[in-house]
Parts: sequence; structure tokens; C-alpha cells
Amino acid sequence: MKVLNEVNINFLSRSSNEGYARIAISGFVSQLDPTVDELTDIKTAVSEAVTNCIVHAYADTLGKIYITARILENNTVYIKIRDRGCGIENIKKAMEPMFTTAPNEERAGLGFAVMQTFMDKVRVNSRLGKGTTVVMLKKLTSRADNNG
Amino acid sequence: MVTLEYESPNLTAKIAGDIDHHTAMTIREQIDMSIESYSPEMLYMDFRDVTFMDSSGIGLVMGRYKLMREVGGQVEVINTSKHIKRVMSLAGLDKLAKIR
Repeated sequence: MKVLNEVNINFLSRSSNEGYARIAISGFVSQLDPTVDELTDIKTAVSEAVTNCIVHAYADTLGKIYITARILENNTVYIKIRDRGCGIENIKKAMEPMFTTAPNEERAGLGFAVMQTFMDKVRVNSRLGKGTTVVMLKKLTSRADNNG
Repeated sequence: MVTLEYESPNLTAKIAGDIDHHTAMTIREQIDMSIESYSPEMLYMDFRDVTFMDSSGIGLVMGRYKLMREVGGQVEVINTSKHIKRVMSLAGLDKLAKIR
């Protein structure tokens, strides 16, 4: 699908940046005039993916988190969230609801379940020791087509 | 941010702002301190002024549910928005605590 607009941001894996990430992406997506529910869905999915980078990928260290957000034709939002952290050994297992490797942090193990519920498509690629990339797509039902 | 009000035998935790992994830790510490001080029979978690919540909110409720069970109490989650209800229902929280 044709890319109509794109932003790239990167930031350190400090938990205080979780709010920044979702506000930045929701600001970018706002040009499509999404509904409040659509924007909340996207913010929630971004928050989950960024938290995964902080809690799991860079568990004992600080690293950079890279986000690419695109507006594609057909009112579709593309969000890629990438880290260079520890990677996921078993993606299928990691995506099972209630599975977590950080129970002491009161993590519910629902990060991927939330992303899958609130976005249309979620794709995860990971290599041990190299990092993880999460790509999410959501087609907005809202009206505007003002990407100029 | 959380404001705690104890009126025997109930403790009400009024949560305000965003609940994410970053903020949840402080909120849970403050609620837990009050639970340990008062051992209430009922903990009301009031979400009226919550502006955003991801799955960290589920951990927050589940953790308090476990702690309240240890002191022989119960949890009720009140004033939840449509979005918050949707996130909580993913975890089946409605089976652990009353949500309204």
C-alpha cells in the first residue's frame, strides 16, 4: 500500500517515555480524524508494545526503542515498534494470553492480546540477542482523507 | 496519582490520570500501604478520573485483589469507562471483582 505520510521517533527505554510514545503517535494519527475509540485503541496498542520493550527486551539495561508510524492509503495506520534487546525465544508462547516472564512486576501477560484485540493486524519478528519488531495495522473507519 | 479515603470498614482508592507500567508502580505502593494500615473489608477502586489505561491496570486490580483476599476483604471496581471495561474483560477480571 502506498505510503502517504511517515514519522520516525526513537527514545531511551525509560518507563517515563511510555506516555510520550503514545501521545506522539496519537498526535500523528490525529490528522486522519479518527474517532475517540480508534485513537484510544491505537494508544493502548502502542503503550503495550513499548512497555514490552522496556520490561522484557531491555529488562536489565537501557536501550533505544524505534517507532515508525505511517499513514497508508485507504485510511490505514501502520506502526512499527522495534528494539535491539534480548529477543523472544518462543513468539507463539509469548503471545499466549496470561503468559509473562515478569510476574513480580504484576504484569498480566496480556500485552500481545491487547494489541491483537485493538489493532487489525499484529506481526511479530524476533531474533534472540538481536531484538524484536512488532508491526501493527489498523484501518480507520473515520471520514477524512486530508493527508496534505 | 491516587487519593485514598478510609471510612471504616471501606477503603476507597480514587485513581486519576494515566495508568501504564510507569505510573502503576506508585499507585499500587500507595494503595498497598493503606490496605496494610487499615485492613479494610472492602476496597473500592474508583476509575472515574482515569484518562488512559493499558494492561498495567489489569495487573493493578489483580494484585490488589490478591492482597485484599489475604486480609479477608473484597474488591469492587467502580466508575469504569467503556474502554477500561473492555481492557479488563480481556483478563476476565469481572470474574474476580465486581466491575461497574
